[in-house]
Amino acid sequence: MEVKGNSKGILKRISGPVVTAVGLNAHMYDVVQVGDEELMGEVIRIEGDKTIIQVYENTSGIRPGEPVANTGLSLAVELGPGLLTSIYDGIQRPLEVLVSKMGNFIERGVTAPGLSHEKLWEFVPVVKKGDSVVAGTVIGEVQETNILTKIMVSPRSKGGVITDIKSGEFTIDDVVCTLDTGEEIKMMQVWPVRVPRPVTEKMNPDIPLITGQRILDGLFPIAKGGTAAIPGPFGSGKTVTQQALAKWSDAQIVVYIGCGERGNEMTEVLTEFPELEDPKSGKPLMERTVLIANTSNMPVAAREASVYTGITIAEYFRDMGFDVSLMADSTSRWAEAMREISSRLEEMPGEEGYPAYLAARLSEFYERAGRVETLNHESGSVTVIGAVSPPGGDFSEPVTQNTLRIVKCFWALDAKLSQRRHFPAINWLNSYSLYLDTLSKWYDENVSPEWNGLRIWAMEVLQKEAELQEIVQLVGSDALPDEEQITIEVARMLREIFLQQNAFDPVDTYCSMEKQYDIMKAIKNYAVLAYGAQKLGVPPTKITTIAAKNDLPQVKFMTEYKEEVARINKAMETEVGKLKEAYQK
Amino acid sequence: MKEYRTINKIAGPLVFVEKTEPVGYEELVNIVQSDGTVKRGQVLDTSDDFVVVQVFESTAGIGRDSGVRFTGETIKMPVSRDMLGRILSGAGKPKDGGPDIVPEKRLDIGGAAINPYARQSPADFIQTGISTIDATNTLVRGQKLPIFSGSGLPHNEIALQIARQARVPGSTEDFAVVFAAMGITKEEENQFMADFERTGALEHAVVFLNLADDPAVERIITPRLALTTAEYLAFELGYHVLVILTDMTNYCEALRQIGAAREEVPGRRGYPGYMYTDLASLYERAGLIKGLKGSVTQLSILTMPGDDITHPIPDLSGYITEGQIVVNRDLHRKGIYPPINVLPSLSRLMNNGIGEGKTREDHKKVTDQMYAGYAEGNDLRGLVAIVGKDALSERDQRLLEFADHFENRFVRQGHDENRTIEDSLDLAWELLATLPEELLVRIDRGLIQKYHPKYRKEA
Ligand SMILES: Nc1ncnc2c1ncn2[C@@H]1O[C@H](COP(=O)(O)OP(=O)(O)OP(=O)(O)O)[C@@H](O)[C@H]1O
Ligand SMILES: Nc1ncnc2c1ncn2[C@@H]1O[C@H](COP(=O)(O)OP(=O)(O)O)[C@@H](O)[C@H]1O
Ligand SMILES: [Mg+2]
Ligand SMILES: [Mg+2]
Repeated sequence: MEVKGNSKGILKRISGPVVTAVGLNAHMYDVVQVGDEELMGEVIRIEGDKTIIQVYENTSGIRPGEPVANTGLSLAVELGPGLLTSIYDGIQRPLEVLVSKMGNFIERGVTAPGLSHEKLWEFVPVVKKGDSVVAGTVIGEVQETNILTKIMVSPRSKGGVITDIKSGEFTIDDVVCTLDTGEEIKMMQVWPVRVPRPVTEKMNPDIPLITGQRILDGLFPIAKGGTAAIPGPFGSGKTVTQQALAKWSDAQIVVYIGCGERGNEMTEVLTEFPELEDPKSGKPLMERTVLIANTSNMPVAAREASVYTGITIAEYFRDMGFDVSLMADSTSRWAEAMREISSRLEEMPGEEGYPAYLAARLSEFYERAGRVETLNHESGSVTVIGAVSPPGGDFSEPVTQNTLRIVKCFWALDAKLSQRRHFPAINWLNSYSLYLDTLSKWYDENVSPEWNGLRIWAMEVLQKEAELQEIVQLVGSDALPDEEQITIEVARMLREIFLQQNAFDPVDTYCSMEKQYDIMKAIKNYAVLAYGAQKLGVPPTKITTIAAKNDLPQVKFMTEYKEEVARINKAMETEVGKLKEAYQK
Repeated sequence: MKEYRTINKIAGPLVFVEKTEPVGYEELVNIVQSDGTVKRGQVLDTSDDFVVVQVFESTAGIGRDSGVRFTGETIKMPVSRDMLGRILSGAGKPKDGGPDIVPEKRLDIGGAAINPYARQSPADFIQTGISTIDATNTLVRGQKLPIFSGSGLPHNEIALQIARQARVPGSTEDFAVVFAAMGITKEEENQFMADFERTGALEHAVVFLNLADDPAVERIITPRLALTTAEYLAFELGYHVLVILTDMTNYCEALRQIGAAREEVPGRRGYPGYMYTDLASLYERAGLIKGLKGSVTQLSILTMPGDDITHPIPDLSGYITEGQIVVNRDLHRKGIYPPINVLPSLSRLMNNGIGEGKTREDHKKVTDQMYAGYAEGNDLRGLVAIVGKDALSERDQRLLEFADHFENRFVRQGHDENRTIEDSLDLAWELLATLPEELLVRIDRGLIQKYHPKYRKEA
């Protein structure tokens, strides 16, 4: 990085990840090099002659008097071929390269560019000499993995007419296209992470992101370009749910941010994803994935940056016209990084020590989600799903509450459910999706005209069960009226068969919409038969213990399940039919 | 080395020094009292006006006449193979009358983060011989799995039983134990040491002892010394190391004390806002590294203040560790040992270490089914108290009995009873067989036909 004149200063104070320099000519969010080892930092406050800097690496041993140099640049990421399959730290240093440069442990003072500048990529132009292009125009394609990624004119370009365009193998630094304005276009773009990339227009998200998770697709669906929060105490299933979404959701690109969480969880993604196949393309899931891993023991300032790095990469793929989904695990650790930095700055703390700008930062982040018309007039989307880790599992704390005000889906994890190994431990009574209305048309057309009705019916049964449970708590289940004993049984089936889904079962981990419909429909069939028989006077204990329905849970673990469901439906009809006959006599 | 006599303020464990030459952040500091005693500390804040030093021992005896020497380097730990069998103080000095450690290496105790790309996923099943761990909350090599307990509960016995019995079936590799005590009582120390001596474990162990009457702030470095030693043994010498840290609650209290002395804005219940990050810098020092032979497995013990799992110490720990084993007072009162409550317990790495070729193909599903049955049966106990057993359906009565069997036969075992995983799983099936078969919805038909005692007998 080039150092501009009069932008050198010296360190005055070091206290953890926050240091103070004097004599530096700097602007907010400039990237600076701190100390003799030139550690990377970012300007976060200016006070008279003092510049306050957050440092992305460990500051032990750094002394007052060491130099600080301003690069005059903002914290930015490199965008171009080579992103897919990569794993980065919070400031886009490739972890694989860091292992080769400094071994198994992350030492400091080592820089590594986000993309390989040596690797050659086959650039295939899709425009020709004489064509005019504007900001965002796709000028070529690169077969990056099994995914064909696009090379675009920078969103900041003024556009022009192509005077030269190449075809063949190039590095990301080679000029592949020249405009009459003299602008030279390379395959790589550099974009400041704290600035959202521009779009033509935001559109209404009205297509669901199909996740293969029954409780989500079935009861609380999210739209492509939508936002969701998964709050829950430790061990309730935030990470497993996020990983299931990263694996099975029908996005074309996945950005997974491990923000202040465990090292082994990222390693697991790294080992598992290359082995798993995308149910749609049949290609390894890793090929559509970019990972950001700034674990809990890596520097907090880089943790703060990690969500911006991630969302900028997501926007870049969105601009190519892809549906991107981004998982951030956990946004609470991000908020805590803000709190830690803020308290070092001795800022006036807001609620529970979080900075007063917490709510603003959260909403700016989620605002970068959306279904958009790109600058190239295609449709693309970024869906953002953030885990929230409330202290003590108490949702009334500031991060959960501020997140709730912004996101449109709330998938509330419940320790009571996870403790009884009801997974995913998403509480069906507290959770909600505000996309139900906008998505119902899609379900009508693509799943079944019956689908929305089935969903409403299932929710009603579950609500009713919750009310009945209160009575049961007082008088026992035998005291309930016959009809309600059947409701209790149907609700149990909904919970145990439809809602419970084992993320670690090779078959059950993903459930197609068609299978979701078939299972739900079979439960409804049973309910109709059961109420019918009960009206004719068949005792509920007989109806709720019919053998035919015992096989239904097994359907979840079967790939070829269709015949079995048909058989069960039939057997239930026969068995209930016999009961009815017996009691009619 | 220059000695400054410019201390101008002492507050709790913190010493403020003025007019120094530039001093490095987190540098090691020696403070020389007028009687010649040398105390160690570390730089917490450094500027050209003043330097804040956190002293790791009592500040009693330090005054404005004390000398301050900045060593120019961060705290290093001398490590060597010969540490095995040694007992050291919480500050790493020999406590067993033996010679000083002759270092093969001097390592920074801060410990750099393992690059996630260099990690290897832990997947080797460790058999502890305890059913509620092996069958329902399986420990794997390289995992960090703490014991969440309460004061007066037998967490030490459980930790010792694990240390005695833990083995990876079929493996004969070198193992070592690193034991770090933070603020435990003399009595607890005796309990651990007697057991280590009785079983010969001491030979394979490095012991760090900071007792209740040792300086509280020393507890900040004790676990770091222990983990640095563990990493050395594991990643440089190839040992499989089991680290026992006890009691993490005392560690957190020391952290809170320093925060208060620095007049920081406190977080929840007075603990520092950075406690999550600080705890992560300890707990994350566990795992496996690709291409290296050894491993670091962490079994920390913490006592939950007021048995409250939502207290910041267990809460932040649970958010970092790979699960938790929860010791429960009600079970203890019922006379059940080990009083492990499986419901809030969890092993997050369990799925990697179990199943066909590792433990047994039915392991996962059997566990799920046991949890479901016990959770439901346990809930019904509350109901029975109100409506009486007769108001329960047949199904519910069976579940209620299942919960009792579960506690009395599956949870309960002897202090020296070392069950194999097959024993534990077979026992699980025996208990599940007391339930109507249609309740076993979590288990595939195939497995039921293979393992359910009813069909096994027929076969
Ligand atoms: N068998 C079950 N399977 C799955 N979820 C259940 C089951 N029973 C209850 N739940 C869920 O757990 C929630 C809490 O249940 P429960 O009625 O036992 O506790 P509560 O009365 O709400 O709370 P508390 O005991 O703290 O007063 C319910 O709202 C329901 O969502
Ligand atoms: N859908 C699921 N199917 C099966 N097990 C699950 C599921 N979700 C969570 N779990 C179990 O819960 C544990 C904790 O989940 P995790 O996602 O790590 O929790 P959190 O991130 O909320 O702390 C996992 O290790 C796993 O055993
Ligand atoms: Mg998690
Ligand atoms: Mg209750």
